[in-house]
Amino acid sequence: PLLRELIRTIRTARTQAEEREMIQKECAAIRSSFREEDNTYRCRNVAKLLYMHMLGYPAHFGQLECLKLIASQKFTDKRIGYLGAMLLLDERQDVHLLMTNCIKNDLNHSTQYVQGLALCTLGCMGSSEMCRDLAGEVEKLLKTSNSYLRKKAALCAVHVIRKVPELMEMFLPATKNLLSEKNHGVLHTSVVLLTEMCERSPDMLSHFRKLVPQLVRILKNLIMSGYSPEHDVSGISDPFLQVRILRLLRILGRSDDDSSEAMNDILAQVATNTETSKNVGNAILYETVLTIMDIKSESGLRVLAINILGRFLLNNDKNIRYVALTSLLKTVQTDHNAVQRHRSTIVDCLKDLDVSIKRRAMELSFALVNGNNIRGMMKELLYFLDSCDPEFKADCASGVFLAFTLKTIWLCPLCHFSFLQAGSYVRDDSVPNLIQLITNSVEMHAYTVQRLYKALLDDISQQPLVQVASWCIGEYGDLLVSGQCEEEEPIQVTEDEVLDVLEGLLVSNLSTPVTRGYSLTAIMKLSTRFSSVNRIKKVVSIYGSSIDVELQQRAVERIMKISLIDVALPLPGGPAPAPAPSVPTSQPTFLLDGISSQPLFNDIAAAGENLFDSLCLLSFLFQVNGANIFEWFILFYSTGIPPMTAYNKNGLKIDFTFERANPNPNIAVITIHASNSTEADMTDFVFQAAVPKTFQLQLLSPSSNVVPALNQGTVTQVIRVLNPQKQQLRMRVKLTYTHKGSAFQDLSEVNNFPPQSWQ
Amino acid sequence: MMRFMLLFSRQGKLRLQKWYTATAERDKKKMVRDLMQIVLARKPKMCSFLEWRDLKIVYKRYASLYFCCAVEEQDNELITLEVIHRFVELLDKYFGSVCELDIIFNFEKAYFILDEFLMGGEIQDTSKKSVLKAIEQSDLLQEEDESPRSVLEEMGLA
Repeated sequence: PLLRELIRTIRTARTQAEEREMIQKECAAIRSSFREEDNTYRCRNVAKLLYMHMLGYPAHFGQLECLKLIASQKFTDKRIGYLGAMLLLDERQDVHLLMTNCIKNDLNHSTQYVQGLALCTLGCMGSSEMCRDLAGEVEKLLKTSNSYLRKKAALCAVHVIRKVPELMEMFLPATKNLLSEKNHGVLHTSVVLLTEMCERSPDMLSHFRKLVPQLVRILKNLIMSGYSPEHDVSGISDPFLQVRILRLLRILGRSDDDSSEAMNDILAQVATNTETSKNVGNAILYETVLTIMDIKSESGLRVLAINILGRFLLNNDKNIRYVALTSLLKTVQTDHNAVQRHRSTIVDCLKDLDVSIKRRAMELSFALVNGNNIRGMMKELLYFLDSCDPEFKADCASGVFLAFTLKTIWLCPLCHFSFLQAGSYVRDDSVPNLIQLITNSVEMHAYTVQRLYKALLDDISQQPLVQVASWCIGEYGDLLVSGQCEEEEPIQVTEDEVLDVLEGLLVSNLSTPVTRGYSLTAIMKLSTRFSSVNRIKKVVSIYGSSIDVELQQRAVERIMKISLIDVALPLPGGPAPAPAPSVPTSQPTFLLDGISSQPLFNDIAAAGENLFDSLCLLSFLFQVNGANIFEWFILFYSTGIPPMTAYNKNGLKIDFTFERANPNPNIAVITIHASNSTEADMTDFVFQAAVPKTFQLQLLSPSSNVVPALNQGTVTQVIRVLNPQKQQLRMRVKLTYTHKGSAFQDLSEVNNFPPQSWQ
Repeated sequence: MMRFMLLFSRQGKLRLQKWYTATAERDKKKMVRDLMQIVLARKPKMCSFLEWRDLKIVYKRYASLYFCCAVEEQDNELITLEVIHRFVELLDKYFGSVCELDIIFNFEKAYFILDEFLMGGEIQDTSKKSVLKAIEQSDLLQEEDESPRSVLEEMGLA
């Protein structure tokens, strides 16, 4: 039957089984026809096979037939043959190489449409071997005056370069004069080719920088020219070409002052003159914004770009709002103040109906929280937490904790307790986060422990709440019984009453093993703060022989460890820990036994690219290993200096964390954590830093010089900065690394050191 | 670059699939299944973009057909919507008020048009006229191939 008849027939099948039967019957017929080497019907049969392949049926027995069709003299055969090759052939199988010779011949065919078929097939699915064999032919066609072929050759060259990057050099001569073409097809594909070359090779990038004026001219002509029906889309002339030129300009202007300056005017022009009523205009604006933010643009232009994003946020079109939020997220670190101006619009997006928009608005809101706006932001975020979908609750609760921990030491008592009452939605890492926050908020300790104690009297079913409360009582129980709370009426409570409550948690059915661990630890800690030591010893000895093995371990650990807690626990980079008391090997190892803390932190840092992941891992460790890790963790982080992101570009992110080196408070110890979110490793990674004259800098050895792909690990390195004059810390960093075969280098200023790191 | 483009119906029937990177057949099938499920579950009020694996998915529904593209991190989603729209316009001009049935019964022509418009995941020509002219000329070449007796019809390709 004819192709269309077959399609019609197959569509009448009422069940999957019926369809399969028809297909099998037809396949059998096609197979025998192939065996008979029938030229007349081959084309039709392959076409039918392609249809069946689309329905999901195997069609590999047609592969060779496609090759025969390609070799035929008839255009009809070639058309179907090449289509079949693209759909059925796979570069993993050697049979595809049989195409190479046909393609070579067809690239030199007298009919441009045949040449076009060959270029298209090579440019869509050519394997590395085919590309190597045929690159010369493509290069020839790149120099032809036939614009139909030239445009295709350009994209074919792009594919060749993607498959075999070493061949890039051979296309360089042919790129001369590519931009002098009038034909938009050639222009567009040429810009794509130039972009590919510049992205892959710093040498090519330097070489092509001289094209900036020409690109600017072409873009200007597109904007200023009158109506051109052939390329017009809703009143805009060739938006596709405009977008590609803007993208190439971005790559050329990055890290280059002169190029950036040369494109400044045209960017401002596009940004102000582009019609925004339709998607196509906004697409151009979007690309313009991305370019402005990435090159070395003057601040006025950057503000213009952020304002465009701000206007996008108010657009009715949700797609536009979505890209605005995504872009603002990328730029919130570097242009924080400009983005802050749009905070209220961003917060409004929390109420959007679209899940992706809500999520981005939430992430952006976290990034915008600071000491000044925290009250208002928290109100909004709490409202959001209250009313949002379950899929958001955990992330929202955790995100707010993190935002507060990292940005501000101001504690808002109300909200945290309501978080804890969100109960089952709260992630496991919220507890350590909140504990960290409480630790940092020294002036609130008395108030916090009182509030939490009262909460325990009401309800001991919410495990996260109970855990944090227990911890607090263990830490600040002395403040509780001495009634030091200033923010509200101090309650009258005795040591015995407190111990009653904590012991009650130990025996309650509602308490999980983790919670019991917290409460036992709290009781033990109170042995150094309360006077009723005998009672405490009794409780501990009871649980020392408890059936619950975990509790038993903790009880024993704690007794042995109590003496060590008052000794300063070592910070990473500091002196080795005091030797632990000898522990029988069947006991779980103390965290600090014999291992210096630095490797541990590396492991933790390696577990995740940011502080948040580290906290998750630590909380997991806590549950397995016992209270001592917690102590270490809190001491480690309670220097109170928040970490910061020093550099974040092209997938390379470098975070700084801080400690004070004891005993010299003029030395800031900075650990850099480099992570790589791209899909290829960054090798030969070298981090160098320079500081102003009044400082002295010592750079220790890095953990490695490979930053693994996809955030699978970090490179860490310690910097010691002596700052005897307590001047504001500034640093210039130089990064070099190799990525996907190309060498990268970047210089960057780091100016956003938190005041606590140098004051 | 665009990594792939899929056309499928509301019932989850694939009408066209174009892959611009070498992918194993088994993986293609899985990705198609996954994506169809995700896209078909989206409500009308949601935006046209979503994140999937390390790619950005841009999709738009035209009548009974979903046009679904996967693009890379650095690609512009808004212009991708325009690319999809341009492809639909090309189909529409060629078939004259195109509908899903046209694409079902003339799938190979839909591919020919796509292959004249995009190559290696990038646009070949930004002029509608130019692309359609090339298709027209190629169709003529096919006809010239044939002997007077309409073998073209015989082949089921007319």
